[in-house]
Amino acid sequence: MQSLNTQSSTYNDTVVRQFSIMAVVWGVVGMLVGVIIAAQLVWPELNLGLPWTSFGRLRPLHTNAVIFAFGGCTLFATSYYVVQRTCQVRLFGGKLAAFTFWGWQLVILAAAVSLPLGYTQGKEYAELEWPIDILIAVVWVAYAIVFFGTIGRRKVKHIYVANWFFGAFILAVALLHIVNSAASPASFMKSYSAYAGVQDAMVQWWYGHNAVGFFLTAGFLGIMYYFVPKQAERPVYSYSLSIVHFWALIFTYMWAGPHHLHYTALPDWTQSLGMIFSLILLAPSWGGMINGMMTMSGAWHKLRTDPILRFMIVSLSFYGMSTFEGPMMAIKTVNSLSHYTDWTIGHVHSGALGWVGLVSMGSIYFMVPKLFGQKQMHSMKAIELHFWLATIGIVLYISSLWISGVMEGLMWRAINADGTLTYTFVESVKAKHPYYIIRLLGGTLYLSGMLIMLWNVLKTASNGKSAFTTIPTVAAHA
Amino acid sequence: MSDFTSNFWPLFISAITLLGIFGCALLLWITAKVKVVSTSGDNTSGHVWDGNLREMNNPLPRWWVWLFVITIVFSLFYLVAYPGLGSYKGKLGWTEVNQYEKEVATANKALEPMYAKFTAMKVEDLAKNPDAKAIGERLFMNNCSQCHGSDARGSKGFPNLTDHDWIHGGSPEQINETITNGRIGMMPPMAAMVGSADDVKNVANYVLSLSGSMHDSGRAGLGKAKFAACAACHGPEGKGNQEIGAPNLTDNIWLHGAGEAAIIKRINEGKVNQMPTWKDKFTPAQIHVLTAYVWGLSNESGK
Ligand code: HEM
Ligand code: HEM
Repeated sequence: MQSLNTQSSTYNDTVVRQFSIMAVVWGVVGMLVGVIIAAQLVWPELNLGLPWTSFGRLRPLHTNAVIFAFGGCTLFATSYYVVQRTCQVRLFGGKLAAFTFWGWQLVILAAAVSLPLGYTQGKEYAELEWPIDILIAVVWVAYAIVFFGTIGRRKVKHIYVANWFFGAFILAVALLHIVNSAASPASFMKSYSAYAGVQDAMVQWWYGHNAVGFFLTAGFLGIMYYFVPKQAERPVYSYSLSIVHFWALIFTYMWAGPHHLHYTALPDWTQSLGMIFSLILLAPSWGGMINGMMTMSGAWHKLRTDPILRFMIVSLSFYGMSTFEGPMMAIKTVNSLSHYTDWTIGHVHSGALGWVGLVSMGSIYFMVPKLFGQKQMHSMKAIELHFWLATIGIVLYISSLWISGVMEGLMWRAINADGTLTYTFVESVKAKHPYYIIRLLGGTLYLSGMLIMLWNVLKTASNGKSAFTTIPTVAAHA
Repeated sequence: MSDFTSNFWPLFISAITLLGIFGCALLLWITAKVKVVSTSGDNTSGHVWDGNLREMNNPLPRWWVWLFVITIVFSLFYLVAYPGLGSYKGKLGWTEVNQYEKEVATANKALEPMYAKFTAMKVEDLAKNPDAKAIGERLFMNNCSQCHGSDARGSKGFPNLTDHDWIHGGSPEQINETITNGRIGMMPPMAAMVGSADDVKNVANYVLSLSGSMHDSGRAGLGKAKFAACAACHGPEGKGNQEIGAPNLTDNIWLHGAGEAAIIKRINEGKVNQMPTWKDKFTPAQIHVLTAYVWGLSNESGK
């Protein structure tokens, strides 16, 4: 036990350690389920004829596990790590921080049990039923108190840019979750949405798009703003750019949801607003990429020797790519081809595997040795291997789905001279088979990289022991 | 129905949309204008976090500013041309519904001469026309095969279209009617009319005997009298009645399952089954071609 004295002079890294390890564990689990459902799309017999293992139930298990368990634990770990160090104070609310860890693990377990059992609200990325939704809301409020409480007692005058993004992410997710999950319970584990018809659809995709915008983007930009300059040992490129792209990003994202509902019962004007604000979103998104990339100026040579930095920079490239692709797909004419096809799935995973996955891995590789009092990860060679497995995996995954997505979109719209459709739906499914095999291969490579990471992290943790970092006294000019 | 419940909302939407767009432009303009001066002399803001985290004062990259401006300008033009600002319709008068209607009208117009030729032909002749057959097959594969199967042989609950067993009739006119308006097949639960559970079992065996299926002839004999309740629809000999869609019980074709248990279940529970209407999706000419295709599936002369 530490004495009270050391408590106030060290960072609270216990909760960071817990979340970091669990991020890796849930990463393996979530991606394993991803590989399983990718295999089911190749060989449908793998549904096993059982309701619990059918694609329809495992798919939300995959999305919840990778986004909220893997992504969520990474965000908790990094935000707690970053906010303490950039405010130079111990985390606010020791017990409350511990509660966010155990509460969040409970949410994940409840999801892992209830989704295969078939309990769902039927809203994508918001499937969990109302009792779990309430637990999420409670944990999230606790998270906000811990985070903003720490900001509130900071010893450094200025709030570091990473914390703007973490803060926006925490507030926005609370708002999104509460509004979209509003429902009237009918019984334990069954409820009906508070909205109906096209309004329900619009609320859902306002939520859905901002789950991407705040959970998978703003939060991870917070990660980027701390770990890239730290690892590169270079200052952030431009403070002005940080300001414009932060405010423009959080404002514009809120409008972009209708691009998920092009050519539906949603009124034309709403669709148009979703489209134009998605286009305006391009520059603010790229602002983050530029700020990260240009931070490397003067340090590019480090990429040759530093695999951790490489994770972060390649991640930024995928961020730039998917935030270019997204606005293009939001254009109605393009969306009429891409919507409902594998192109969307490819887009999702260039963001998810490329941006979210790689920057998470980079930041965890950065933190773990420090959290366990080691100089560096147990094996740098293994990080190198992980990097290549992940990168090749992503390239196989997204390029195969680009091809199959565009192919299937073109097949659906092909029309004969006599006015009939050239292909039946099932012919387009058959044509995708080879690309599904390539995607499965890519996913398997990505998962195997994650397994190597798990081994490497556990080795590093068991070689060292929990480290207590003393809080430095604040430099006068900060 | 209007999208807005009052005149206030379209104004509100337009106002915050434009404020939002101009707000982005203003933010960009102000930040680009403000000259950030470095107090520390090393082109950083002078703030330091966590030992070595600093921020430089580099100006916004010019190409990036232009990218931002171009998307903003494009959006404003888009809002002039297309619906977006509240109830303003846009200069081009485009809506997703009129785009669809225009495309369908253009296509139908282009196809008119071809279909006119087919409409003038009798179903029996059309069934032999290779062009019409190819069109019929593609329409069938994309719209009918989901239920009736890609070989049109149906499955449990969905009739086989390649045999001569027609519930609602297999003449060209009847097939056309079935496709155009759909059909609802309805058999009421009959147990109460038939009698005890034992009576139901007896009737089931009598029904099985009609098609020479495996049955208990003692029970079938006992059930014969009770079949009177069923004969109202299925006819005294159980040969069915196409006028009301009562299936033939003597041909050993069982849409909802063969054998004693399945028949008892039908007597006890009845059955409602539906074929949807297609008149909203297809033109009469298309239904004519589809009729010929379906008719040809079970008539040698059409093969
Ligand atoms: C080994 C790695 C992975 C594999 C093999 C994989 C595989 C899959 C598959 C097969 C689907 C269903 C696609 C469909 O319905 O056609 C899917 C959906 C999805 N995955 Fe993954 N995945 C992986 C990693 C991830 C990660 C790391 C994330 C997020 C951080 C993620 C986020 C998603 C999302 C959001 C969807 C739903 C997409 C949509 O509805 O449009 N996946 N994944
Ligand atoms: C400027 C940024 C972006 C824009 C404008 C954008 C736009 C789009 C569009 C138009 C779609 C297709 C909607 C449809 O046809 O159904 C889509 C789907 C999606 N995008 Fe993005 N995207 C952006 C960035 C990202 C990033 C960085 C990620 C991941 C980290 C991401 C994750 C997703 C997901 C998960 C979906 C699938 C939603 C679903 O149908 O389940 N997007 N996005």
